[in-house]
Amino acid sequence: MSSNKTETLSGAQIVVRLLERQGVRTLSGIPGGAILPIYDALSQSTLIHHVLARHEQGAGFFAQGMARATGLPAVCMASSGPGATNLVTAIADAKLDSIPLVAITGQVPKSMIGTDAFQEVDTYGLTIPITKHNFLVGSAEELLDVIPHAFRLAASGRPGPVLVDIPKDVQNQRIEVSEWPEPGVAVPVPVADTGRIASAAAMINEAERPILYLGGGVVHSGASALAVALAEKASLPSVMTLMALGAMPVDHPLSLGMLGMHGARCTNLALDECDLLIAVGARFDDRATGKVAAFCPQAKIIHIDIDPSELDKVKTAHVGIMGDVRNVLEQLTPQVKAIIRAPWLTRVAELKTNHPLRMPGIDDPRTPYGLIRAVADCLDDEATIATDVGQHQMWVAQAYPLRRPRQWLTSGGLGTMGFGLPAAIGAALAEPERTVVCFTGDGSILMNVQEFATAAEEDANVKVVLMNNASLGLVFQQQTLFYGERIFASKYKGMPDFIKVAEGFGWQALDLDQASDPLAALGKALHSRGPVLIHVSIDMREQVLPMVAPGAANKDMIGG
Amino acid sequence: MNANTKTENQALSRTVLELDVNNHAGVMSHVVGLFSRRAYNVEGILVMPVGNGETSRIWLMVNEEARLEQMVKQVEKLEDVLAVRRHGATHEVFERMEEYFR
Ligand SMILES: Cc1ncc(C[n+]2csc(CCOP(=O)(O)OP(=O)(O)O)c2C)c(N)n1
Repeated sequence: MSSNKTETLSGAQIVVRLLERQGVRTLSGIPGGAILPIYDALSQSTLIHHVLARHEQGAGFFAQGMARATGLPAVCMASSGPGATNLVTAIADAKLDSIPLVAITGQVPKSMIGTDAFQEVDTYGLTIPITKHNFLVGSAEELLDVIPHAFRLAASGRPGPVLVDIPKDVQNQRIEVSEWPEPGVAVPVPVADTGRIASAAAMINEAERPILYLGGGVVHSGASALAVALAEKASLPSVMTLMALGAMPVDHPLSLGMLGMHGARCTNLALDECDLLIAVGARFDDRATGKVAAFCPQAKIIHIDIDPSELDKVKTAHVGIMGDVRNVLEQLTPQVKAIIRAPWLTRVAELKTNHPLRMPGIDDPRTPYGLIRAVADCLDDEATIATDVGQHQMWVAQAYPLRRPRQWLTSGGLGTMGFGLPAAIGAALAEPERTVVCFTGDGSILMNVQEFATAAEEDANVKVVLMNNASLGLVFQQQTLFYGERIFASKYKGMPDFIKVAEGFGWQALDLDQASDPLAALGKALHSRGPVLIHVSIDMREQVLPMVAPGAANKDMIGG
Repeated sequence: MNANTKTENQALSRTVLELDVNNHAGVMSHVVGLFSRRAYNVEGILVMPVGNGETSRIWLMVNEEARLEQMVKQVEKLEDVLAVRRHGATHEVFERMEEYFR
């Protein structure tokens, strides 16, 4: 507690002051009756820039974009009832991808809770299963404890979303405040068990065909460089989950890129042969493992994770280590022998040569892979790459040369269409010096298209690359492959004029279909400042390959 | 199987969990929500405040299943759960309650 002169403040003013003290400088939301006291207090803040979203889900994903780009908790706000329910998807998405988020919602006055008051919804009850923790605040005094607590929880251990629901009378309640709590920051996790780390080191030293399996936890804990150092010292071919892309540069000689449902053949085949799997901050998600019983069938498993409930959840580890992966790797790597595993590296090189990721059309910017490559060629590693959800997401995950942790923003666990545009805007708000590219599809973009208005208003430096296949491509692909080509509800009959849509919102727009020199046009669009839409038509029949059928073993890949 | 009495059957298949928790309106929802979302039935439940009422103790009787280990870890993760202890199915807390369930 730091002392100060005594002031009489409302709950709303206390919230704003605590957010300022927390270091929050940008937050997003939409006002409404039950949160107006906080908005009134916010109007007096000279430190906080409020970004007015056009839909609360947009506000939730702006905050996610900020949090994913920086690693720090970010804030979104909504009013009671529909405001709060509109936030739900973005909160659930943050939970599944372990993103630190603090959501603040207004609630009807305490005396009216439970009466079906206007715009009353049980926000607390609704958000129990999708938050790390949530609070229904009972008094203005409690705010002094709850707000820093919310930030501490969001950031500590395995990060995640925290919701604070504040009844309107609590926002209006005036109390004397003479002491302010310290801002909530991540509390360190207990140091990992040294005996287990020693066992893990021994297993790595004895293994003949080990693979390092990096998950999003590596990015969250800022351990990417340490993971690469471990891989290099112990000659560990390395695979990454969708969430970990960028932790090791994909063109690093030891990188096998993304594993799982849309991983390259060589990647999944190498996993099939490994005798030791070292899982670091990864959770054996079904999209990564395929049929679990057939995942790395010959391998012993070392599992390092900050969340004890992840250990043995899906696969029983031979050595499970609970700890912050950064701390564990710091201890583990010195105990690992520096060796060159010539036979295993030779075998992996052979798999890479014989079963590489095939990227047809890579030289043609009007094909999926070619377009992604052309965009990458215009940019450096400082650019941030966001995606929506669908085929375009998987093509980018496979083909974009991601080389920097936090360069990559994608909805992994929840797979939320509509994530891309607002997350990209959020990242651009948090790091205005960067170019943020969002690859999207004609289905996903319409799910949060209203945020074009916010991007224009904020002059966010986002470039949306719209891969328009006139369909819900990933659904179309699954119906083609697994449902006897019965294409249903996945082809669009009507199509908006996306160029006009973008221009109508005040964006610049480029139709690559019409460009006589597409590469030059693309470069110019990507390098111009402010929001730009780049529209490209893609053949509806293009598929993301290889593909592991849901529930099948990873070694049984289709195509590619 | 037939030779087992009712209590012996329970002893084979049940576990009693004892949770120390913060005492406020949302805690029960947090705890039972973890079970209900996994379709994991809670067979018995008892709650009373402890001491000055800042904390409560929750007693849960649940079936012994492969998922129990994971359930306990999930319960331990809850912010309002201060401690979790495991007991055998014959723990007297539920046995003593039996007279109210005849
Ligand atoms: C909110 C939401 N609804 C439905 C889905 C199911 N889904 C997954 S991918 C997909 C199609 C995405 O289409 P589009 O954005 O055009 O991308 P494409 O696959 O064509 O590249 C759908 C409907 C989802 N992931 N998210």
